[in-house]
Amino acid sequence: MSGALATGVRLEDRMGRAWKKPPFITNPVLRYTLLGATIIYLYLAVNSIEVNWARVSEGLVRGWEFVKAFANPDFTSRWNDIRDGIIESIIITIASTVVGIAISIPIGLGAARNIAPLPIYLVCRAIIALSRALNEIIVAILLVAIFGFGPLAGFLTLAFATIGFLSKLLAEEIEDMSRSQAEAVRATGSSWLQWIDYGVKPQVMPRLIGLSIYRLDINFRESAVLGLVGAGGIGATLNTAFDRYEFDTAAAILLIIIVIVMVLEYLSGIIRARVQ
Amino acid sequence: MPVIENSQGMPGWRLHTQRQSLTRWFGWLLGVAIFVYCWNVISEATTWFFVWDAPRIAGDITSRAMPPKWSYIDQLWKPIWDTLNMATLGTILALIMAVPVAFLAARNTTPSAVFIRPVALLIIVATRSINSLIWALLLVAIIGPGVLAGTIAIAVRSIGFCAKLLYEAIEEIDVKQVEAVTATGASRWQGMAYAIVPQIAPAFAGISVFRWDINIRESTVLGLVGAGGIGLQLQGSLNTLAWNQVALILIVILVAVVISEWVSAKVRGAII
Repeated sequence: MSGALATGVRLEDRMGRAWKKPPFITNPVLRYTLLGATIIYLYLAVNSIEVNWARVSEGLVRGWEFVKAFANPDFTSRWNDIRDGIIESIIITIASTVVGIAISIPIGLGAARNIAPLPIYLVCRAIIALSRALNEIIVAILLVAIFGFGPLAGFLTLAFATIGFLSKLLAEEIEDMSRSQAEAVRATGSSWLQWIDYGVKPQVMPRLIGLSIYRLDINFRESAVLGLVGAGGIGATLNTAFDRYEFDTAAAILLIIIVIVMVLEYLSGIIRARVQ
Repeated sequence: MPVIENSQGMPGWRLHTQRQSLTRWFGWLLGVAIFVYCWNVISEATTWFFVWDAPRIAGDITSRAMPPKWSYIDQLWKPIWDTLNMATLGTILALIMAVPVAFLAARNTTPSAVFIRPVALLIIVATRSINSLIWALLLVAIIGPGVLAGTIAIAVRSIGFCAKLLYEAIEEIDVKQVEAVTATGASRWQGMAYAIVPQIAPAFAGISVFRWDINIRESTVLGLVGAGGIGLQLQGSLNTLAWNQVALILIVILVAVVISEWVSAKVRGAII
C-alpha cells in the first residue's frame, strides 16, 4: 500500500475520473450518425435557399415602415371594409362551430370503440382521418371552386375541420369514461338513447363544452385567413391592404385580430376552468 | 333533488328544477336565435344558383382531375424539397428564439416577474394569434417572394407555440433537483444547465417534433401567397385550371402529411 503511494500514483488516478454529463443518445454510433446527417442536411438545405439580398435590403426599409405603422395604425380610412370583414369572420366562426359541434357529436359517439359496433367505428374514424389530414386552406380552395366565392365556402370549410378535431377528442373522452356508471344506467332497463343521455353524457359534457369553446377560438383564427382564397371574412380585406402596401390599415386589422383572439382565449380559459 | 308530481299525485324524479330548466330553455333559445341570424347573413351573401349547380361542378372537376397527371411529379421534387426545408429550418429557427422567451416567461426562471415576464408573454400571444399564412403575406411584401419568406413566416409563427409549451414545462419542474444543485454551490447558469435543462429536455424534444409535424402541413400552403414550396405549384395549377396536376399535388401533400405524422408519433413515442 505504502509502496504504491511512494511510487507516486497521481492524485487524479486515485480520485477516479471526473463526472461528465451523460449524453442524450447513449449509443455512440447512432449519436454521431445523427449528428453527421443533421450537419449535411442543414448544409444542403441552407444552400438551396436562394436569397436575393438586394431585394431583402430594399424590403427592410418597407419592413421598418410596417413596424412604424404598427405604432400608428389607421383604423378610420377603411373602417367600413374592416368592420364588414370582421363581422363576416365572426358570423362564419359562430355558424361553423355550431354546425360542426352538431355533426361531431354523432360521429364522436360512432368513433368510440366502447359504444359503436365495428363497421360504424371504421366509417367514423375514416371521416375523422380525412378531415384531419386536409389543410383548411386546401379544403377552402376546393370548396370555393365548387360553391363559388363567399362566406358559404368558408363556413363549410370550418365546419368540416371542426368535425375532425372535435369528434376525435370526444371519442377519446368517451373511450376513457367510467364503465360502471354507464353500466348502472343500462341495468335500470334504459333504452339506448336514455343510456347515452344519463350514462355517457354527464361524464363527457364538461370536456365537450371545453373543447367546443377552444374550437370556437381556433375557428376565429382560421376564418381570418380564409379570405385569402376567397372564402369570406377579414382575410380578403387584409390581402388587399398588403397588396396596396397600405401597411397602416393592415396593422389595424392585425391588431383587431390579435385583440379578439386574446379576448377569446381569456374567455375560453375562464369557461374551461369553470366546467372542468 | 328536484321533484315533480305526476298525474296521480305521486312524487317523481327529474333532472332539473323548474328554475334550472327555464334558464336552460332560455339559453337554448338565445343560442338558436344567434345561429339563425348568422345563417341568414351567410345565406344572403351566397349566390344560391351556384350552390344548386355545385354537384354538377364537383362532378366536372373530378372528371377533369382523374386520372392525376403522374408525369408532373418530375417538376415537383424541387418544391417538395423546398417545402421540407421551410418546415425544418423554420422549426429550428423558432426553437432558437423560443428557448430564451420561454425562460423569460416561466415564473420560476424569469429575472423579473413585473417587467420582463409580461413582455415575453406578449411575444408569445402576438406570434401565436396570427396565422402563418398572414405572416407569409407580410414577409412576402417585405422581403420578396421565395423560400426565405416562408421559412421566416414558419419560424415566427412557431415561436409562440413552442415557447408557451416550453415555459409550462419549465414551471412544472421538480424544485428539489434545482435546490440540490444550488446547494453544491452552483451558479445561476450552472443550476440551469444541470438541474433545469435535463428535466425539460424530453418535453423540448417532444415539442419540437410536434411543431415540425404541424409546420410540414402549414408550409404546403404558404406558396399560395408566394412564399415558395409546393403551394406555388398548386397556385399555378389552380390558375391554369389544370385539375389533373392539382390532384397529383393534393396526393403528394396528403402523403407528406401522413409521413410527417408517422415520424412525429414514432419519435415522441421513443422519447416519452
